[in-house]
Amino acid sequence: MADKKNRYNIRDHAATYWENSPKWRRVSMSIAFIAFFYALPFLNNPLVNTPGSDFQSVLFYPVGMYVLMAIGLNIVVGKSGLLDLGYVAFFAIGAYTMAILGTHTALNFWEILPIGIALSMVAGVLLGTPTLRLRGDYLAIVTLGFGEIVRIVAVNIEAIGGPRGIAGIPTPPDLFKAKFTILDPKPYYWVLLTFTLLVIWMVRRMAARRPGRAWDAIRQDDDVAQLMGVNTLKYKVWAFVLGAAVAGAGGVLYASQILSIVPDQFNLNVSILILACVVFGGIGNLWGVILGAALLAFTPERIRFLSQPRILVFGIALVVMMNLRPDGILPKKKREHFDPNWKSVEESGEGEIK
Amino acid sequence: MRLEIKDLHVHYGKIEAIKGISVTVNEGEIVTLIGANGAGKTTMLKTISGLRPVSSGQIIFNGEDISKMPAHKRADLGLAQAPEGRGIFVGMSVLENLEMGKYNRKDRKSEMSEDLERVFHLFPRLKERISQVGGTLSGGEQQMLAIGRALMARPKVLLLDEPSMGLAPLMIANIFNIITEINKTGTTILLVEQNAQQALQRAHRAYVLEVGHVVKEAKASDLLNDPAVRAAYLGTGAH
Ligand SMILES: Nc1ncnc2c1ncn2[C@@H]1O[C@H](COP(=O)(O)OP(=O)(O)O)[C@@H](O)[C@H]1O
Ligand SMILES: [Mg+2]
Repeated sequence: MADKKNRYNIRDHAATYWENSPKWRRVSMSIAFIAFFYALPFLNNPLVNTPGSDFQSVLFYPVGMYVLMAIGLNIVVGKSGLLDLGYVAFFAIGAYTMAILGTHTALNFWEILPIGIALSMVAGVLLGTPTLRLRGDYLAIVTLGFGEIVRIVAVNIEAIGGPRGIAGIPTPPDLFKAKFTILDPKPYYWVLLTFTLLVIWMVRRMAARRPGRAWDAIRQDDDVAQLMGVNTLKYKVWAFVLGAAVAGAGGVLYASQILSIVPDQFNLNVSILILACVVFGGIGNLWGVILGAALLAFTPERIRFLSQPRILVFGIALVVMMNLRPDGILPKKKREHFDPNWKSVEESGEGEIK
Repeated sequence: MRLEIKDLHVHYGKIEAIKGISVTVNEGEIVTLIGANGAGKTTMLKTISGLRPVSSGQIIFNGEDISKMPAHKRADLGLAQAPEGRGIFVGMSVLENLEMGKYNRKDRKSEMSEDLERVFHLFPRLKERISQVGGTLSGGEQQMLAIGRALMARPKVLLLDEPSMGLAPLMIANIFNIITEINKTGTTILLVEQNAQQALQRAHRAYVLEVGHVVKEAKASDLLNDPAVRAAYLGTGAH
């Protein structure tokens, strides 16, 4: 009986293997893994080739960008259990910051990047502080509204191009001899990959420490978390703001690559698709979410030769998948028994959010 | 005096669930609120711990009015609650649940092993289950964990919401013995119960709640012998 319940779970097996590996093996595996992803644009294989657009472009957008955004949204939805249906708004704020400042000031990409992240975070605080007091369904509706409002505001402000958006966004300056041009997506991909690795590092650190434990508690029972002395509003706002920062960074980079943006790119579909990435991959589990986003972003491009029916085929594949593995491809670890390697709050040190 | 509730009113929307209740819990006491389902017992405890807003009235803890203070700060002051339905974090192990109990204690590192010892002394079962996930515990074990977790915060006043709910008679007796034991080590307890028999045997003083009002207040032993209370809550009245 117990065997039936413990279905084979790749995530658990991989985690066990990882935890039982000596340090040198972990380090060399990490390096090999990271090197593989930096070298990925040079992969030229008919299996991954995407008709219609070249593999290197697809790697940057949608694949890489969706992976980054899904990791960011997973902090909000997966870690702290807050349903955000307007995540695209923060992506849009990042992109518009790049577009407006890039075309109106002398600031370059690297100078605009922190501004775009900061503005997204401010938007996160402004939206989060009043709405995160609300419970589940209300939050979903308010965030959905916010996502649409940001887009509609952009449509209606002539000074930022109205429905025509903004064109002529500058590319980033050269970096280590890498030239950022519309013709070569590789340098963008490398920057995006670097962002993603930094975000993964940050999320993993936080998840193992006090904020992670607070998010766990909030997700499982908000009221009881408060009874334990957890300032739940503070941690929820933080989850929201960190998620916003990730999407903002993505938006800045996206705008600098695509060179022109229009409000309609930032519609509800994007929010829903990113949420689908999170759920599809395995809500709450970082690696599942990454895999889910990569597959969901890549598959429609790969089957572009099907032209019209491809979205239908994609939809059927999704429905079938979610029936076969309702918790996602790589679900979060089912912790039936305590894992002695799991570091307790005390052992893992502080990492308190101030 | 530890905890004093003065003329408390609490609403759910337009519905008034608590209609002017005053309750006093002195240091070192076990005070119980008994009453039927829907009388407002849970609402009282949730309001004291800050999960429900006060419409009017005061909650005075150690001389300070805490009725506007957010729940997590009240926990820091020394109010701990084992909520109705136990409120175990089902995805966390027993140890992690207990650690959550002192999430915000300033000296949690130095206190941790001492407090774990104390809880395991009261509930040896929890030590055996230390690595088991909360959701897989039995009802009685979950109740032990809920109380143990509340004790991890070294509370001055412990709020217990129907600790006997859904438990077998033997386990109920066990839990109530431990409640008495906890009180003897100096923790003040406000106990909410439908199981009036057990609660009145353990408590020093008692209040009887009916639809948002206190209808009776007395020494617990007196209520145990009160014919009206026996008829209404002990099921052994005038047969
Ligand atoms: N979340 C809620 N929304 C609306 N009414 C509620 C809610 N919780 C409790 N009530 C009402 O408040 C009253 C008191 O409930 P409660 O405090 O749970 O009673 P008890 O714990 O004594 O059974 C009941 O009439 C109940 O219907
Ligand atoms: Mg109740």
